[in-house]
Amino acid sequence: MSRLNDANEVLAKEIIGRYPKARSATIPLLHVAQQQNGYITNEAIAHIAELVGATSAEVLGTCTFYEMFKMQPVGKYLINICTTMSCALLGAEQLVQHAEQHLGIKAGGTTPDGLFTLERAECQAACTEAPCLQANYRYRYRVTPAQLDQFLDDLADGRLDAEIPPHGVVARVRQSIPVDRGVGAVAPDEVHEAPAWMSLGEKS
Amino acid sequence: MSSYTWAPGFIDDGDRPQIVTSRFQYEDGHTLERYLATGGYAGLKAALARTPVQVHDEVKAATVLGRGGAGFPAGTKWGLTPVEVWPRYLVVNGDESEPGTYKDRLLMERDPHQLIEGCLIACYAAGLSQCFLYIRGEMALAQERVATALNDAYAAGYIGRNILGSKFSVDVVLHWGAGAYVVGEETALIESLEGNRGMPRLKPPFFPAAIGLYGKPTIVNNVETLANLPWLLTHSAAEYTAIGTATSPGTRMVAVSGHVKRPGVFEIVNGTTTFRDLLYGAEFCQGIRDGNELKAFVPGGGSAPWFLPDQLDLPFEAKLVGAAGSMLGSGAVMVMDETTDIPTAAHTLTRFYAHESCGKCVPCREGGTWLERIMERLADGRGTESDLAQLLEIGQTICPGPFPHAASERLGLEAAPFPFKMTTICFVGPSAYTSVHSAITLFRSEFEAKLIKRKLIPVSVGATDDGH
Repeated sequence: MSRLNDANEVLAKEIIGRYPKARSATIPLLHVAQQQNGYITNEAIAHIAELVGATSAEVLGTCTFYEMFKMQPVGKYLINICTTMSCALLGAEQLVQHAEQHLGIKAGGTTPDGLFTLERAECQAACTEAPCLQANYRYRYRVTPAQLDQFLDDLADGRLDAEIPPHGVVARVRQSIPVDRGVGAVAPDEVHEAPAWMSLGEKS
Repeated sequence: MSSYTWAPGFIDDGDRPQIVTSRFQYEDGHTLERYLATGGYAGLKAALARTPVQVHDEVKAATVLGRGGAGFPAGTKWGLTPVEVWPRYLVVNGDESEPGTYKDRLLMERDPHQLIEGCLIACYAAGLSQCFLYIRGEMALAQERVATALNDAYAAGYIGRNILGSKFSVDVVLHWGAGAYVVGEETALIESLEGNRGMPRLKPPFFPAAIGLYGKPTIVNNVETLANLPWLLTHSAAEYTAIGTATSPGTRMVAVSGHVKRPGVFEIVNGTTTFRDLLYGAEFCQGIRDGNELKAFVPGGGSAPWFLPDQLDLPFEAKLVGAAGSMLGSGAVMVMDETTDIPTAAHTLTRFYAHESCGKCVPCREGGTWLERIMERLADGRGTESDLAQLLEIGQTICPGPFPHAASERLGLEAAPFPFKMTTICFVGPSAYTSVHSAITLFRSEFEAKLIKRKLIPVSVGATDDGH
């Protein structure tokens, strides 16, 4: 079953409800799909298209634009080693080569056991902590080859399961707007007046 | 105190004013409890005690410069919405991904309530009826921290309907991306928020303040810009402008990375702190690593033309840096020491922008890729003399006419100031060319030293096509 499951469809509708237009939820819903299946399936694309009122082609177009969405299964752990300037100046390329040797794959590939996918990544906004990497979008800073070996072993042996969830899970905390507190989204063309508080001070 | 394990890279040595980083010293600085215990949401209360116009005037008087790259004053931006067109939206740009830039992520991870409070103040002042907080997709912890903070703030009555019992009602919606540098450009950010591929919209004539999200007036502000507002409202524009200089008031966050002894993220005084202070000062980076010589530095993120040691005494002041041939951009300084192989270093930046081109404008989509391929072979020692000319020619198709660069005493070169002309909608295309142009202009001999030394193949007169 690679459409969104029942629980995720409920979540999807809650997310859609926050936006003045449903299509704005496209990227968040693609993340929900990737969290459920580990990658984006065609069935999930079709389901999201139904939910946001777009065509499958439109959702696919959005999906393929963004780096994080994978159209094929990847490893349980996606290892992104930053290779942009600050990291490159401090040995990122050697770190990639070291990871390739350790895992026995080239960057872009996945280990035969399906545990690791290795990628060269672009700037991760940790430039003072170079060279850095992300495993399923969790950081490691100022990484030495020896630390990388230990880290990959720890991941493989499940010692970091509490900190690093499997690929597809990004944030583990979601926003939840309480019904009694939320203002609620209004379609943009249904609003014609200034918000109530803008008249404050005008009468005095 | 100096650095904290929970705020990697952040250093607060010295006695500098702290407007946006004051809670980084607390391990629990991201919680509502700590936020309230350290003056949190007092800025919102101060705002609600005044009229929206008064709050807007205060922000205008402070000249809070945009911290995303362009440096446009926030108060002025808010005033560009067309009269009596509603609704208006706030979109927060937390898609930090400019090479070298590391500050917005810290602000979101370490002090999410400060950002939320800044959003609320902006919405109140400019009549923005919904706020979308767009966080970069790869920033899992920032998303978690902001989500938690939003949930707590809703429960405590700081966001939502009739905030703190007033007429002010606004939703702040957490939105997150999925990996695309170009989405940091404000119109691409809006496209992405509408569920589309993140491709920039043509502007002018219409800027987002007039026609933005869903075709409605939209203010797009950077995370750090908004994080300044709570302090500004609990203090005053006069106190804000007392820090820094008249044209660059307040503080700004700067990340210094690369070949320095102590890379770090610092909140510096705007307008007066010089690059020499930053790179060599005891409270900052403490000099170049291993006692090496400084070769060059990028002063404002990967899109900024490079500076040489000649420019070290320039302060963080946009006009002066612009006249000297570069820009302050997003507060990211990348330092190269004497051991740096310039063609290789420049290639990493060209590759970044070529990879991140959205494909909408031909000069960027095709030109960026060509630049990257040629730079790769030059860096690998497979380039030829004609490659250098070819690079500059491709650059001319992206940025016709003079391109900014630094002055060099060594080369007898005078500065070419900002701005430049461009044939693309956004700055990704020109940025692919920036490092190429800087590296060749300032370090041409390093490229020449790596050219292939190939003997010309003799061609004899009368030879036939098949070589017999």
